[in-house]
Amino acid sequence: MNAAEPIPEQPSSWTVRTRRAIDRHLPMDHLLPVRQPYYVGSWVYVFGVITIAALVWVVASGVVLAFMGPQWWHDSSVGRFFNSLHFWSVQLFFIFMVLHLWGQYFMAGWRQGRAATWAIGVVIFGISILTAFTGYLSQQNFDSQFIAVNAKDAMNGAGVGAFFNVLNFGQMYGLHIMLLPIGVTFLVVVHIVMVRARGVVKPIDPEGGTRS
Amino acid sequence: MKSMGATQEEYYRGVRMVPYDLVKELMLALAGVGILALAVSAILSSPDVAPITIATWAQSDPVDFVTTATNELAGSTTSAGYGNPYNTNGSGQAWGPIAPQTWFGTRIPIDSATTFVIEPLQRGTSSNTELATALDTWQKADSDQQGKWTDAYTKALPNATVKDGKVTVPDGDYGPLPVMMSYLLGIAQTGGLDGLLMVNGRFYQTDYTPALLFMGDGGYLAGQAQQWNLLGDQWGMMNETGRYPGQTWLWLYTMWYQVPPFTSSPAIQVSWDSMHPMPTSGSSS
Repeated sequence: MNAAEPIPEQPSSWTVRTRRAIDRHLPMDHLLPVRQPYYVGSWVYVFGVITIAALVWVVASGVVLAFMGPQWWHDSSVGRFFNSLHFWSVQLFFIFMVLHLWGQYFMAGWRQGRAATWAIGVVIFGISILTAFTGYLSQQNFDSQFIAVNAKDAMNGAGVGAFFNVLNFGQMYGLHIMLLPIGVTFLVVVHIVMVRARGVVKPIDPEGGTRS
Repeated sequence: MKSMGATQEEYYRGVRMVPYDLVKELMLALAGVGILALAVSAILSSPDVAPITIATWAQSDPVDFVTTATNELAGSTTSAGYGNPYNTNGSGQAWGPIAPQTWFGTRIPIDSATTFVIEPLQRGTSSNTELATALDTWQKADSDQQGKWTDAYTKALPNATVKDGKVTVPDGDYGPLPVMMSYLLGIAQTGGLDGLLMVNGRFYQTDYTPALLFMGDGGYLAGQAQQWNLLGDQWGMMNETGRYPGQTWLWLYTMWYQVPPFTSSPAIQVSWDSMHPMPTSGSSS
């Protein structure tokens, strides 16, 4: 065979199949669109993207804090600033996420085949709460102590305290900086891909038209 | 099979489309949220009240410390009678036959008297003959005798005087307790008990379960929390030191704490105490 000749694609190739599936389900003009339905121009759709933006700042500031270690921010003014950035990014993330949730709830964003997208959003919300909760427990300050001592009762009452020990800093810190953020980020990516693949659900009563 | 791409085009058919720049929107959102977060961080900082230690507890409120330690010996603290996952001395939460607290057994064993008092004394002052004698007397006494000593000592402690950090109670038959408690208080005031409660037989440790349970049994932690307005009847849904928004993600749920009849419902309390410090039946706060 001449080296200059192109090698034909083998339809049975797993790589070719994967590439074709991606092209079919999520072509680039859906992933990064240059046109959208007119109704996406409403401000209510901004809450989704600013939630993602807040998450980026949460992760970025969290990476700095994790790199420097859990003690750093207590003794360094720079560390304290990064902790503040992490803290306020988290507050903004939750505020925007709740606004996004309310917006989608009142627009019934689960309609027309988008139930899984909604459900994953709900799971993201739940894991985010757990992530923030373990963050409070990982602060190594008075808030952490008081929250841990009180929170143990509900955890134990629910039966999870035997495995999820809020008094164990090492366990809470590991969950907070590694496993839970990976879970949130992964599900956010899945959530976005599903929105981009299916498109944005139409309003219940678009431009005075019939209800869909 | 109908492709997802075709589905979207079919879905949007007939809908007016307008130009859109997704990447620009994301970049503007990143910049806008970033400026907001940076500004608020620079202006308002973030809460960081120093944690309390067992040393500060023993120094600031030695009577509460000694009372708590005596109650650990008597088995009358929250931890001593907690039940699983720490011990089998309590039944724990249950909804009829559903008792998840008992399902997984005693996975984090805590014997309050041994963990918080006896072992630290044995480890902290192994060469002290006065203490060794007191410990020997305590351990050789039967439970009835131990109960009489702890009962008498507990009743005397509200009338205790504190001088130079030492706790003195009116004369009485307390057995070896005054000696034991004097040494335990001394170890605690120097910071030794903070370390002794973390001993796990290995060099590194990150598990604060014994120390936090012991502090939770006393009144000092809750007293400090009260000063920071953290108790459930003070700030309700907020629960964070300083003038900060608290755990915002709980607003949707913790507002029910403020609405009758949920304000006094133990069922809803146990459901959400996991993320929201409130006084509970299993807590000293």
